[in-house]
This record gives sequence, C-alpha cells and structure tokens, in this order.
Amino acid sequence: MTMPLRLGAALLALLACWQAVVLLSGLPPYILPAPAAVGRVLVTRADIILGHAWVTVSEILAGLLLGTLLGAAAALAIDHARLVRAWLLPLVIASQAIPVFALAPILVLWFGYGLASKVAMAALIIFFPVTVAFLDGLRRTDAGWLDLARTMAPAGRRGRLAILLRIRIPAALPAFGSGLRVAAAVAPIGAVIGEWVGSSAGLGHLMLHANGRMQIDLMFAALAVLAALALAIYFAIDALLRRLMPWAPERFQDQPEEEN
Amino acid sequence: MNVFDGPLGRPAPASGLTVRGLTLRFRAEILFQDLSFDLPPGRFTCLLGPSGVGKTSLLRAIAGLVPVPDAEIRCDDTGSPAGRIAWMDQRDQLLPWLNARDNVTLGSRLRGEPADRERARMLLAEVGLAGQAETQPAALSGGMRQRVALARTLYEDRPIVLLDEPFAAVDAPTRHRLQRLAARLLAGRTVLLVTHDPLEALILGHEVHVLSGRPARIAATLRPDGLPPRSAASPALAAMQAELLDRLASADSEGLA
Repeated sequence: MTMPLRLGAALLALLACWQAVVLLSGLPPYILPAPAAVGRVLVTRADIILGHAWVTVSEILAGLLLGTLLGAAAALAIDHARLVRAWLLPLVIASQAIPVFALAPILVLWFGYGLASKVAMAALIIFFPVTVAFLDGLRRTDAGWLDLARTMAPAGRRGRLAILLRIRIPAALPAFGSGLRVAAAVAPIGAVIGEWVGSSAGLGHLMLHANGRMQIDLMFAALAVLAALALAIYFAIDALLRRLMPWAPERFQDQPEEEN
Repeated sequence: MNVFDGPLGRPAPASGLTVRGLTLRFRAEILFQDLSFDLPPGRFTCLLGPSGVGKTSLLRAIAGLVPVPDAEIRCDDTGSPAGRIAWMDQRDQLLPWLNARDNVTLGSRLRGEPADRERARMLLAEVGLAGQAETQPAALSGGMRQRVALARTLYEDRPIVLLDEPFAAVDAPTRHRLQRLAARLLAGRTVLLVTHDPLEALILGHEVHVLSGRPARIAATLRPDGLPPRSAASPALAAMQAELLDRLASADSEGLA
C-alpha cells in the first residue's frame, strides 16, 4: 500500500475509535463532540472555515518560501567563508536554543496582527532544519567527483564557483530536500502558534474563537482542516522533490545504493 | 580504421611528462621519497604495485590534486602540466543527475564553454554506447558506466592521461574488452596507468615499472616485447606475469617484515 492509502486507513480507524469513545464514555459534546457532529459543522460552516484556512495556507507557504530561501542562503554563506562560518554557525545553533514559541509575542509586537508575524514565525521555525540539512549536503560531496572536477575546471575562483554550481549544489540537493520535508512538516506549527498569540484570521484564530464560545465542534472541524492541510502540503512537497530529483536515494537514507 | 583520422580529430601532439624528486607523505608515513621517473611521449607506462603502496596518492599528486611543493612535475613541451592532464579512476564518478552525454561533456560545463554534443555523441558511439546518450547512469551496467567515463576522459582531449586502476571494479570479460578499447582509443597519448594486476600492466604497457617497499621506489622496469595491447595468450607474457606475481608477493612480505 502506498503511504497516502495507509494514512487513509489509519484515519478511518481513528475515527471509529473516536466514535466508540463518544458512545461508551457519554462525554458531553462540549468536551468531545462526535465525529458526525464535527462533519456537520465542516459542511454548514464551510465558508467560514475555508476563509480562515486560506489565510493559514498563505502563511505556511510564504513562511516555507522565506525560510527556505534564508536557510539556503545561510548554508551557502557558512560554506563559503571561514569568517562567516565562525560567526554565523554558532549563532544559527544558538537560535535553536531559544524556544521559537517564546518569540511569538515579540514577533506579533514587531510585525503586527496580520500575515507578516506568522510568516516570520514559520520562516524562523524552518530556518534551522533547512540550513543544517543543506550545509550537511554541501559538506559531504563525493570526494571522487571533486577530484575529477578539479582536473577539469579552471584553477582559482572561477573553477571553485563552477564546481559549486555544477557539482556541489546538485549533489547537495537530496539532503536539501530532506531539510525541506522537515520544514514542510513543522511550518504549520509556526503559523498556528503565531495565530494563537495574536491574529484576526486563520485556523488557529478560529480555534481560539470557537473555544471561547463553546463551539467545540467548530474547533474540532478547524483542527481537522488544519491537519489535512499540513498533510497535503507535506505530500505535495514530497512528490515535487521526488519528481525533481529522480536520482536521489529514498527518503531518510543518506548512502547511495551500491552499484553492481 | 584509425579513430584519430575520423571526426574525433587528431589528439594534440603527445608530450612526455617528467617527474623529479617527488616526496609524498600520508599522515606519518612516507609513501614516496625523492621518486623520479619519465613518461615517454605517446606511450602507455604502467606502474605496478601491491595495494596500499600509494599508487593512487601518486596519481593524485601528478594530477595536481595533492600539493607536492618540492617535486618537479613538468610536460616536456610546455612546462606546466596544468590543464593538460585527464584523470580517470576505478569508480566511474558519473554524476547521477546528468545523462551519459552530459556526463561526457562535464568538462566543458565546468570551464564555461559550450558543450560539444556532437563530439560527445561520437565518442559514446566509439566506446560502444551509440544511442545511450540520453540514458541516466543509474540505468547503465558497471561496464557501460566505465565506458561513459572513458568517453568523458577522451572528450577532455588532454595529451596526458592518468588512469587509476580504471578497470578494477568490473568483471573479467568486461575488463578484457575495456582494456582493448582503452588501448585503441588512447593510442598516441601519454598514458600513466597504475594497477595491481600484472596481466593488465603487461597487456597495456609499453613500459612496466614495479613499485615496492616503503617508501616505495621503482624496483624494476620491464619492456615486454611487441606492441600493446598484447594478447594474454602469449607464453612469454604468461612467464613474465608469473615473475611479476612473485616479485609483488615478495615485495608484500618485505612490507610485512
């Protein structure tokens, strides 16, 4: 079975468990609404939910784009210059020591209640995995490829640039892709945290709002849509990366297959 | 047919290579101390030595991949060997994201020149891979990949070619075919082939130097009769091979002592 199929089956099983818990425990609907009730809200309040979902998706995608660009640039800069490496790498690692969630109020203060603070949040949360994965890929270029390229390329800066563009960056793309997959998985966290701290739209905002008005079924519906969106973004990026890099080894494996 | 009269063009006039006073260390060990030898122009010279003697390091030093500040390495005609050496090793080093033709023309890309696709196509045909220009390396067998690597080496069109056990990773029949192919296509260039296989050295080399000891030195030089590629079936070759094997085995035990 393919991954999406297995995921669908697991989801169905979870829904069945959920329904069973509702039936057996007799919990009131303002604590745990039944799946059917949530499904009903999904349909009746679809316009509201979709409107908020659109905001959250925009935040996630813009954050992904910005964080990926910044992460890739940082990796290239760290790789390029010893001075940058000495100063930027500790900073990048230290930035991970600060819980990004703790920064959310500051980001909202600086960038306002709108899109910008959530994009910044998502970008910040994915910056580290993207930088580290890409840098790792750049550092582990096959030594044989580099030797070969050095016998072909002109000496000096021009040759180094050509080797970077033609050999090292393409060779690092599978590792970069792994970083991007992690980024796709965590970017929604950044966006939603940002929305919780201060916002006027988005699924995170909708959840808080519904919670405050005891519309627990709506809150669950928003959560379900958020989960579906996060999964869709992850699988879309995964499929895109596979298509762009058919030569790359399977996910989560760094060793190239032994040739025979 | 002489391939060099064909559309591939005649190679640049052969230049010999002179190596003088090469000293090479690997960590604490001295691999070579004040090593000197010549590569006669337009000839196959084979360096034969047991594994671990430092053959690969030696080739890397000549190719300029390892700095050897004290050594004198120069081409007989122009002096500096920079940009005049092509290099091929036992791993094909094909880039998995490029098809066969783009791997062959990699050098052009790295130099910022337009790739000569027509020449790449002809070279691929020459190594028996006509029609595989668009194939990705992953879809090629080990022997085919090594042929692409050979075509890539020829595409570079350098007067001096360094081969580091180029056929060690393929099976015996494939190796046999590749040796003949290399002898034919690299004829006229100054070739240095390092190998641990006495038979390979005897089939391909105009001259065969035997490396042994630590630091390694050239312990013996053989000039087998006839012109390469020689037939492995010749009794003289078989006798020489036996002698070389003995010599390598004793060199090995010296190393152990």
